[in-house]
Amino acid sequence: MPRLEAVILPLAALIAGLAVFSLFLIGLGKSPLTFFALVYKAGFGTGFSWQNTLSRVAPLLFAGLCVALPARLGLVVIGGEGAIALGGLAAAVTGVWCGALPGALGLMLMASAAFCVGGAWIGTVGFLRIRRGVNETIASLLMSYIAIALMNHLVEGAFRDPASLNKPSTAPLPAALRVGDMPIGIEVHWGLGIGVLCCVLCWVLLDRTTIGFAARVAGDNIRAAQVQALPVGRLITGFTALGGAMAGLAGYFEVTAIHGAANASLVAGYGFTGILVAFLARHNPLAIIPVAILLAGFQASSGLIQRRMDLPDATILVMQGIVFVTLLLSETLYGRLRLFRPDRWEQRA
Amino acid sequence: MSFRLDRRSLLASTAAMGATALLPGRALAADPLTVGFIYVGPKDDFGYNQAHAEGAAAVKAMAGVKVIEEENVPETVDVQSTMESMIQFDGATLLFPTSFGYFDPHILEVAPKYPDIRFQHAAGLWSADKHPMNVGSYFGYIGMGQFLNGITAGHATTSKKIGFVAAKPIPQVLLNINSFLLGARQVDPEITCQVIFTGEWSLAVKEAEATNALADQGCDVITCHVDGPKVVMETAAGRGAFVCGYHANQSPLAPEKYLTGAEWNWADVYTGMVQTVLDGGTIDNFVRGGLADGFVKMSPLGPAVSDAARAQFEATRAEIMKGGYSVIKGPLKDNAGNVIAAEGQAFAEDDIALESMDYLVEGVIGSTS
Repeated sequence: MPRLEAVILPLAALIAGLAVFSLFLIGLGKSPLTFFALVYKAGFGTGFSWQNTLSRVAPLLFAGLCVALPARLGLVVIGGEGAIALGGLAAAVTGVWCGALPGALGLMLMASAAFCVGGAWIGTVGFLRIRRGVNETIASLLMSYIAIALMNHLVEGAFRDPASLNKPSTAPLPAALRVGDMPIGIEVHWGLGIGVLCCVLCWVLLDRTTIGFAARVAGDNIRAAQVQALPVGRLITGFTALGGAMAGLAGYFEVTAIHGAANASLVAGYGFTGILVAFLARHNPLAIIPVAILLAGFQASSGLIQRRMDLPDATILVMQGIVFVTLLLSETLYGRLRLFRPDRWEQRA
Repeated sequence: MSFRLDRRSLLASTAAMGATALLPGRALAADPLTVGFIYVGPKDDFGYNQAHAEGAAAVKAMAGVKVIEEENVPETVDVQSTMESMIQFDGATLLFPTSFGYFDPHILEVAPKYPDIRFQHAAGLWSADKHPMNVGSYFGYIGMGQFLNGITAGHATTSKKIGFVAAKPIPQVLLNINSFLLGARQVDPEITCQVIFTGEWSLAVKEAEATNALADQGCDVITCHVDGPKVVMETAAGRGAFVCGYHANQSPLAPEKYLTGAEWNWADVYTGMVQTVLDGGTIDNFVRGGLADGFVKMSPLGPAVSDAARAQFEATRAEIMKGGYSVIKGPLKDNAGNVIAAEGQAFAEDDIALESMDYLVEGVIGSTS
């Protein structure tokens, strides 16, 4: 029954949030029905809609994992944005250095660089937590500002392509170091496939290995884990680093599949949307996949809603915010609803 | 290679389906020309985006045209989707994605897929040998506007210190800073200009801090080059400094303190381009111009502008309107003492050398790195 609860409660929270949002729309004199019809049309209604939606999913998968993995240890890491920026920069700089190498090898090196830099950045947050007792939420958020400033500084200074006059960027990647689209008939780059694969692998790690089990024990009760001599410190550093590495890969795909260079466009808020994705998915890596697709669909519909309903672009953000709040409220209901406790049904009978 | 072909055939069939669906409607009534405008920030930002939105509003007033707009579209895959969505869902055939960063890679990615759609981008980035023919660049030389701003500033300052809040040390911004000071020095060669870079196109807190820091140092006329000048204008006026505007008319924000401003004149440019399309013509792929060409205009002079300032402003503007005026001319040194232009040497407004400007002229206090 707890498994059923974990599915039904978030869904109910989602529906409740959308209901509250509908009241908000009615208050503005707009029809919720038109709104949701447009969301469906622009996000999921046509082949182009699916392409629009799926092309936004990849960074949300990786950014969601950056929150979900540390969350299994009870850590709230919200600084994925910084790891995305630095991961993207590392990938772009590596790509410039190994421009002469064969494409596949160069792409591997770029991905490794993004993986390591993102991992080191968020891993530092975990390290500070266990060594210095620094709150990981605050540390990761503040470090993301440092990361973005560092990325901007390096893009405008040491790593700047002198030809990028009015938009400072790293040198453009050669065509061999650009990741293309997946052969599935619509234009969606490989980040989606690799992102889904990473979600599955992370789920296996968390749910089917002793390391994942140890992490969950430490997350539920750190004292019990310590009594059992579980390596809590290494688990925390490892899982934060792995989360950061995922965010780094988000930056890698943004650079190699979309931008072809690192510049200020890397800071697009994916790291923050990832927080919402992970919480909606209740930090389950498999659930991240459908949740990311749903949120990407919402974002894909933002434009049509602006144009057809004359609503501001923040409308979709308001909706996401309301859903997030109802979701957090629903957390208090776990274990309290008799519906999910068959053992108590009999007491009543 | 095979899947690229698949993609194309898929696109072609989608397009064909769309076309058949639209055919009866198109045949019966002359559908309006649908024009899409895309902004990187809010369209009421008193700045870069508002200037474009004012142009869009002028197009909206034209007969036979339908305007669709989308604001706050980041320079990521988002803008690619927005362009395609405007084409697919709204039938847009003329697009104005207005932010600098939309061009490479986003417009270059989408344009080849829609050869019948026209993409007009606001910057001088298009080149015939590299880019598709259904993409065009248009751009204005606004440095001359900052030069005129500088003339009013030179008359208004009593401390002989003027200030500039700048986003990033890139050529366009540097030209504006240099022009502003050189304008002021037309009035008094003792004037200096303190510049502070915020590092971001839109970062209200740092813009306010920078403005306050300039006021603290005694700058009594302040202008800026950031996406939305609202914060700089209000903060500076609040500190008692005069302000010169940029991008759009900011006089409602500081009616008493506003001297004048360098504004884009996109309304004229956009209505001209749309009219060309309505008449069945083709817009030139590469158009640019300055004050003399109607791409740039000045805000009406504010109440604080003295008669002497007004006279010099009008005389200089008349001179500029004749064409061929140079702001960057010898003898001129940068603020590290290197010679920029020797006696008798002058850079015309459209000189390609100005587009890689990497210096601040003598009299500007600040550094590009």
